[in-house]
Amino acid sequence: MDDEKTTNKNPANKKPAMISWRGDVTKLSSLRLKGFALAAPPMLWLLFLLTIPCISFIFIALAQRGEYGDVVWNFSAHNLKRLIGFGSFGWSIDYLKILGRSLLVALVTTVACVALAYPLTFHVATRPRKSRVFWLTLIIVPFWTNVVVRTYAWLLVLGPNLPPAKLAAWVGLIPAGTALYPSSMAVYLGMITTFLPFMALPLYASVERLNWDLLEAAKDLYASRWQVFRQAILPQTWPGLSVGIIVTFVPAMAMFVVTDILGGAKYMLIGNLIQQQFSQARDWPFGAALSVALMVMTLISLSVFRRRKINLDQNINLDQN
Amino acid sequence: MENKRPLIALTAIFSLVLLYIPSVAVAVFSVNKARYGLAWRGFTLDWYMKLFENEYILNAALNSLILAVISTLVATVLGTALALGIDRSPWSGSFHRFFDLVINLPVVVPDIIMAVALTLAFNVLRMVSSAFDLGMTTLIIGHITFQISFVTLVVRSRLASLNKETDEAARDLFASSFYLFRRVTLPLIMPGVLAGAMLAFTLSLDDFIISFFTHGPDSVTLPIFIFASLKRGLTPEIHALSTVMLLFTVVLVVLAERLARRF
Repeated sequence: MDDEKTTNKNPANKKPAMISWRGDVTKLSSLRLKGFALAAPPMLWLLFLLTIPCISFIFIALAQRGEYGDVVWNFSAHNLKRLIGFGSFGWSIDYLKILGRSLLVALVTTVACVALAYPLTFHVATRPRKSRVFWLTLIIVPFWTNVVVRTYAWLLVLGPNLPPAKLAAWVGLIPAGTALYPSSMAVYLGMITTFLPFMALPLYASVERLNWDLLEAAKDLYASRWQVFRQAILPQTWPGLSVGIIVTFVPAMAMFVVTDILGGAKYMLIGNLIQQQFSQARDWPFGAALSVALMVMTLISLSVFRRRKINLDQNINLDQN
Repeated sequence: MENKRPLIALTAIFSLVLLYIPSVAVAVFSVNKARYGLAWRGFTLDWYMKLFENEYILNAALNSLILAVISTLVATVLGTALALGIDRSPWSGSFHRFFDLVINLPVVVPDIIMAVALTLAFNVLRMVSSAFDLGMTTLIIGHITFQISFVTLVVRSRLASLNKETDEAARDLFASSFYLFRRVTLPLIMPGVLAGAMLAFTLSLDDFIISFFTHGPDSVTLPIFIFASLKRGLTPEIHALSTVMLLFTVVLVVLAERLARRF
């Protein structure tokens, strides 16, 4: 909004220049002071409690764990080496495995959510206007329900002596009388149902504004189902889909609750590992190294989906009438 | 626009079943008489009655509510001030980039990173004052920290939709800065402030990870209570508690929708 400042500098006058700002004639310095007084307290709050600690993880990651869980400031790349497999007890790729698993679980969850969210949002968007609010509410309620409550519910459903576990035991997948958790299936069920609303809501915003004529035109021109999706639906819904992918993939990678409750130690993700380092293990430097790794993974996934957006946006401009 | 694809409808219904089956099961078992085991032993509301006798649960519910109300109030004031400070002052481009970076960090960074960043900050602050011992104070501070950004983002988008002509008109009519804020700016941004506050409130109720890291033994919230009791096994009381929390969410969502329609 810098264009609003029109300086009426008077060369004869040595006083500070008065400027016009939103109908007010005032000094630049007093405007700055006002803005500073409003923005400084919240900015300092965020800086000291969040931004600076996040940056300082880079330095703590280079320090070492002391004997009593304190931080010893002799800098080395020890924690980084540990992360990629050179542990104190020789070669072990356990931590790399956890990083890889975090990416894999996040990827599978995201793909499954995309696959479920398209039919779901298309179904809601094609309801009559009056009942659409109801269908939309069905997606919003789980979005706002506490993740602990929702994961806990799966614990009940997958428990022993309930139909799902009985069925699995009858087929011979699990011994009779045992629960369906901890297992990768339980983790994926928990993850997919946790993040489906996160994928569906941004996607719905795009699907709702879909130009259906383009779909009709594609069909008239004998496009296959895949071509209709790839060339008529995907470019139009990409703005919502890309947001959905980001808000699913990034928190899924860092998930801690679902894996802790439904997975157990075998399904640890980087989020569980970070939590351990900062609590039971009291190894802050290693926890800081893991946090930095997670932040880097977050930045990479953000930049990947941003770049894809530009390419597809050009497609949209070509397609739209 | 009529949907003629049964496959799409079927998949959509399947998704909704996946989303709701667990909650429905919890609700069903919350009115089951059986204390142990999962066999149906008849309808009862005893478990709901027991909720009101359990002082741990009542305490946790009270903590959750106090936490959500106080953190929302503070975060709404701070977040609105930040939005106004950025929008109503001539900042240079590099300042804007700096603001955006700091404000977007809590939005994009995973919760667990925020939680450990707060843990680190509180550990340093504890050297200065014992007020930062883990408890209600740190819990509230932690929640405010992730709420501020969301309030700021909502209020800023509202501010961006206002035009400067209203301000100029008020100034032409000799409005003082305070009068302008009180009678012109504030009423205009109020829908944004309320939407931001509502978002902050639900985020606070919805949070688990940040509470988990910043709470003390005397400031257990409902999600933390449930998480801790899971380690001792499932009980009908927790089923009832979960159902109450779910119904509370439904009420909040419906209320929010009604409110949103009025603006």
